[in-house]
Amino acid sequence: MVDFSIWDIFRNLLLAARWTVLLSLIAFVGGGLVGLALLIVRIAKLRGAETLISAYVQLFQGTPLLMQLFLAYFGVGLFVNVSSWISVTLALTLYTSAFLTEIWRGCVASVHKGQWEASAALALNLREQLRYVIGPQALRVAVPPTVGFLVQVIKGTALASVIGFVELTKAGTMITNATFRPFTVYACLALMYFALCYPISAWSKSLESKLHGHR
Amino acid sequence: MATAESPISTGIVEIKGLRKRFGTNEVLKGIDLSVKRGEVIAIIGKSGSGKSTLLRCINGLEVFNEGTLSVDGNPLLHGNANAMRTLRQHVGMIFQGFNLFPHLSVGRNVMLAPTLVKKRHADATVAQAKKLLARVGLAEKFDAQPDQLSGGQQQRVAIARALAMEPAVLLCDEITSALDPELVGEVLRVVESLADEGMTLLMVTHEMSFARKVSDRLVFMHAGRIHEVGPPEQLFGAPQTAELKQFLSSIND
Repeated sequence: MVDFSIWDIFRNLLLAARWTVLLSLIAFVGGGLVGLALLIVRIAKLRGAETLISAYVQLFQGTPLLMQLFLAYFGVGLFVNVSSWISVTLALTLYTSAFLTEIWRGCVASVHKGQWEASAALALNLREQLRYVIGPQALRVAVPPTVGFLVQVIKGTALASVIGFVELTKAGTMITNATFRPFTVYACLALMYFALCYPISAWSKSLESKLHGHR
Repeated sequence: MATAESPISTGIVEIKGLRKRFGTNEVLKGIDLSVKRGEVIAIIGKSGSGKSTLLRCINGLEVFNEGTLSVDGNPLLHGNANAMRTLRQHVGMIFQGFNLFPHLSVGRNVMLAPTLVKKRHADATVAQAKKLLARVGLAEKFDAQPDQLSGGQQQRVAIARALAMEPAVLLCDEITSALDPELVGEVLRVVESLADEGMTLLMVTHEMSFARKVSDRLVFMHAGRIHEVGPPEQLFGAPQTAELKQFLSSIND
């Protein structure tokens, strides 16, 4: 039997952490872009958009991410042969965008109605209103809930193991099976998640104070 | 159809047969009003009489259901973004709640719209903003943040901001109602100076003595209609309708 040192455990977890980071990035970028697009469509009040998007939001908020990953993997797999990469990108992007668009909609709604009216009265168009008046004010409000949700997403990527990704949690389980030292392994695992999430929360705090700084 | 507006109608603001409904509740029941260039109009009436709604129709903040409206020859066409942008460049508006942009400095508040909409050069907008702030007595506040200012100062910045677009008409929607009594005077003095310089003004106001002093014509609104129009002396001195008499007596209590 091979002897595993703490360093071996740590090293193997670190290698697996790359996948967690990559999956999180996919969720952030994909979900952020789609979420922003949905937000703008909503604000522009395109016909029927609100009904469709709120149904979309309800659908993805009302079902577990695990189920969405299964559906994206096996469901899409019924029609075309998809790699687990495509499935996971699809599921994480849709899931994250549904939450982000709803969070951001609330932030935009929190900007006083008078700001829309004053900027409209000054002949600004919708793009200029969003870019120069509403956006900056919504952004200040948006940082804490957005970062809070992104941290949830980082931890949520653990579920991607069900469709074959050896990310942090899956790697931890595998190492435990080889070493029979569950406490050590899971303690390292927890530490690793914390190391990923904490800097983001800390960055959010500093960003928040910077955004409110010049008042 | 509104594009066929004849240039013969000389009013800078032309309102014909304007009707506005909120659901089944009709708040404007056919308004006709023609405002001449340089005229100062005060709109008075009870709350709920539709006076603010009328004002907000003029720059398209409210969508009306029937009738036509044009400013400086530009017809108001809802749903036509270009037409709205053109029209709104001719109409400035000052709000009860100031509505300064809280994330921008005072100077940037004034410069934002000319920079974006009129595509002016930075130097020109800075110079213009400084001039306008000086005009409302706030030359030294160029770099201040809005929340460092008193209500009266904020409202004067809002006036400078509206003037920066060089509007042909200025709409004032109860602009002193949110102010502490001791701050009302400084704002009204600015408005009065604008009137003296020939700016076309439409104001909804509860400051009756100010309306009487500054306005050329008084418009009394009641239940969604214009009930009486005329010079202030006439409306205050010899009100014709029971509604106006009652309104005037109620404010003198």
